[in-house]
Amino acid sequence: METQPIIAIKNLWKSFGKNKVLRGINLTVDKGESLVILGRSGSGKSVTIECLVGLLEADKGKLEVFGTDITKLDYKALNRIRLRIGFLFQGGALYDSMSVRENLAFTLKHHTAHLSEIEIEKQILEALDSVGLQEAIDKMPSELSGGMVKRIGLARTLIIKPEIILYDEPTAGLDTITAKEISELILSVQKKYKTTSLIITHDINCAKMTGNRIMIIKDGVIHAQGSYDELMNSPDDWVRSFFV
Amino acid sequence: MVPFLKEQFTQAGKFSMFIGRFFKEIVLPPFQFNEFIRQCFAIGYKSLPLVSITGFIMGLVLTIQSRPTMTKFGAESWLPSMVSLSLIREIAPVVTALICAGKIASGIGAELGSMKVTSQIDAMEVSAINPYKYLVVTRILAATLMVPILVIFADVVGVFGGYIGYNVHGTIGLQRYFSEVIEHLDFLDLLPATIKTFFFGFFIGTIGCYKGFNASGGTASVGLAANSAVVTASLSIFIVDMLAVQITDLFF
Ligand SMILES: Nc1ncnc2c1ncn2[C@@H]1O[C@H](COP(=O)(O)OP(=O)(O)OP(=O)(O)O)[C@@H](O)[C@H]1O
Ligand SMILES: [Mg+2]
Repeated sequence: METQPIIAIKNLWKSFGKNKVLRGINLTVDKGESLVILGRSGSGKSVTIECLVGLLEADKGKLEVFGTDITKLDYKALNRIRLRIGFLFQGGALYDSMSVRENLAFTLKHHTAHLSEIEIEKQILEALDSVGLQEAIDKMPSELSGGMVKRIGLARTLIIKPEIILYDEPTAGLDTITAKEISELILSVQKKYKTTSLIITHDINCAKMTGNRIMIIKDGVIHAQGSYDELMNSPDDWVRSFFV
Repeated sequence: MVPFLKEQFTQAGKFSMFIGRFFKEIVLPPFQFNEFIRQCFAIGYKSLPLVSITGFIMGLVLTIQSRPTMTKFGAESWLPSMVSLSLIREIAPVVTALICAGKIASGIGAELGSMKVTSQIDAMEVSAINPYKYLVVTRILAATLMVPILVIFADVVGVFGGYIGYNVHGTIGLQRYFSEVIEHLDFLDLLPATIKTFFFGFFIGTIGCYKGFNASGGTASVGLAANSAVVTASLSIFIVDMLAVQITDLFF
């Protein structure tokens, strides 16, 4: 069963009223792989991964994660799967009434009743170290810059040691240098934690740095896929337009 | 007209399901005790100054305003008991609840609304923490328990305000005043008045949470959620009060 993909989306449909956002998405991600999904704003990239963790209910299709179709799971079983997946939100989604330390401790305390305060602190520091921001531990989210928010958001997902991390626009809204740092961080996290990644972006530099494989979404389906070089030299003008 | 009615019924249905979920989640473990205590503090303790000031002024003003009429009928000695009766039975519960609707319902609506639009609620959900249990159940429960306590507090402060009000034009000792009040106070005056305040608190909490939880779209919807929470909660207080009075009238 080693060859079974860790994520398999089969014929995923999702619409909001008359707005048919996804019209049959098919994709698979293998263990240890890093797949990038490119697409214009509003093409349904976020909707795709929100369906994948059960934040949105799919209209039709199979969403297999670790070999189980999450659309058929009850709340408890779904939560067990969710604990193996990290989700980095587009805006970071840090709990703004809590300090960085509390943000990181929150999930940990909920799911591991047996951990001592010292052990929790140790894990918080380790996660913060992975994103290079140990000094921010006592700050409030409102005191952080955009790039720092993304890093802390990543540290918060790392603390549960996920096997998969879903990144929703990790570099959006950042300057090019900070964006590059975040892309490097994604690479280093992949190495250190041996995670499988699904990265959603419209930043071509980030896609180039972090992805083994790239898929482009258009009109609710996967329009093209391949390696960076293959897509850059694609005969399709629309695909090439991403690479300028 | 038809789409409007349809929308109202849809909203009512959604709201009923939201309440139903509260009763379901509250009996299922785990209970978020720490968050509940924190909310009691935020909702109850932090509202004390506001509730004390309004309670005091209500008692004071009511006494001063009623005095001329009572004097005209030669019933000035009835003033303490009349004022405290109307305070305890009606005015303190409703006015305190309205103040709480302004402070608590809007606060919860804005807090949860902004958590919603910045994906913080989704973030909880994907970290396998039930946001309904953590955020909603604790707040509704805290509001349901704290509003009655605030009302009782307002009752006491209000009666004391009445004592000060009485002494603006007349003189009465504190002890005499309070024994006058307690003498005419029946258990049946207190009970229905207290029971209805639990409902006030419940609706303040539920409506605040419902509006916040269902905020959608940009930051503008946070303001809308807070605003609509206050309006709806205030309206619901009057409706609950009317029903409570009818029911009390039936039984006692
Ligand atoms: N909860 C929702 N209710 C209604 N419509 C929604 C909802 N979420 C997304 N949509 C719609 O789905 C479409 C795709 O949204 P999505 O957020 O997936 O875009 P995206 O590809 O992530 O774009 P961006 O790069 O701007 O984040 C948009 O037209 C949006 O209006
Ligand atoms: Mg998006």
